[in-house]
Amino acid sequence: MSELWIATLGASAICYLLKILGYSLPQSTLNNPRIQRVNTFIPIVLLSALVAVQTLTIDSQVIVDHRLAGVAVAAIALKMRASFPLMMILAALTSALIYNFI
Amino acid sequence: MGQNSCVSFERRTVLRDSLSVAIPVGSYGAAFGAAAVAGGFSVLQACALSLLLFSGASQFAVVGVMAGGGTPLSSIATGALLGIRNGLYGMRMAPILKLTGIQRFFGAQITIDESTGVALSQENRGEAAMRYGFFATGIGVFVFWNLFTFIGALGANSIGDPSSWGLDAAVPAAFLGLVWPRLVNTKARLAALLSVLLALSLTPFLGAGLPIIATVFIALVIGWK
Repeated sequence: MSELWIATLGASAICYLLKILGYSLPQSTLNNPRIQRVNTFIPIVLLSALVAVQTLTIDSQVIVDHRLAGVAVAAIALKMRASFPLMMILAALTSALIYNFI
Repeated sequence: MGQNSCVSFERRTVLRDSLSVAIPVGSYGAAFGAAAVAGGFSVLQACALSLLLFSGASQFAVVGVMAGGGTPLSSIATGALLGIRNGLYGMRMAPILKLTGIQRFFGAQITIDESTGVALSQENRGEAAMRYGFFATGIGVFVFWNLFTFIGALGANSIGDPSSWGLDAAVPAAFLGLVWPRLVNTKARLAALLSVLLALSLTPFLGAGLPIIATVFIALVIGWK
């Protein structure tokens, strides 16, 4: 099995397990405020790290290129309350223009 | 009669709430499909992720880590960490939905941000409205998300170099769009900033994907007290 299939099926299986676990565990687990708080921050740190790594790295090097301009435009679009698809299109357009013409 | 029309009116209102979430969110599936193919996944693998994993942030993470040269293990771990919250949503929804048998297996799969969010927003309309909102939103997002994943994956499959179409910037922009609404206070913004710095400074030293997982440490420290 290719690495991509392992990632696809492995992540799907574990994420489904987490979903079904929620319906099987006692509700008292949820009442622990510490678990609640840590869980609020998990998506924040992982998604922020993904933004940084996908924007500024290639392999194991930190590199500034056309992608940063695209993501900067996305941030401005989000600040101006643009919709999700519009924000992505503006980011792609900015990055593509710089990549192709500069 | 009066009672009935009241109930059906309420259903229509809940259905409208559900679809107004399900259709736009589902259409982002196109972005996922395109990102997956740009990251080296096949159209079939992109569609499999949307059908079987069905949780946007985890799906983008699995694709992002693999595209960045990570191992399947770090890709699965990142996807799973982002999937923990669905388990917590399940705990919240279980006493409301009271699912049994096969219903539970299906209900679990559509337990995501949007279905839980719409269900909880119907609290003042009663538990029946919450259940209806949960299923209408969950099924709606599932149908549209999978449909648009296929369209986006096909579209990206027919173009050449992803960079010349800006797809390499659109993927981090998608992550930015996912994290943006969560940056509601100083603590959240601090967590985001620290994890950007930590991930970038670890990048030269750790294998791809691991600097991302390492930022969970920040969530533990900030969330602990």
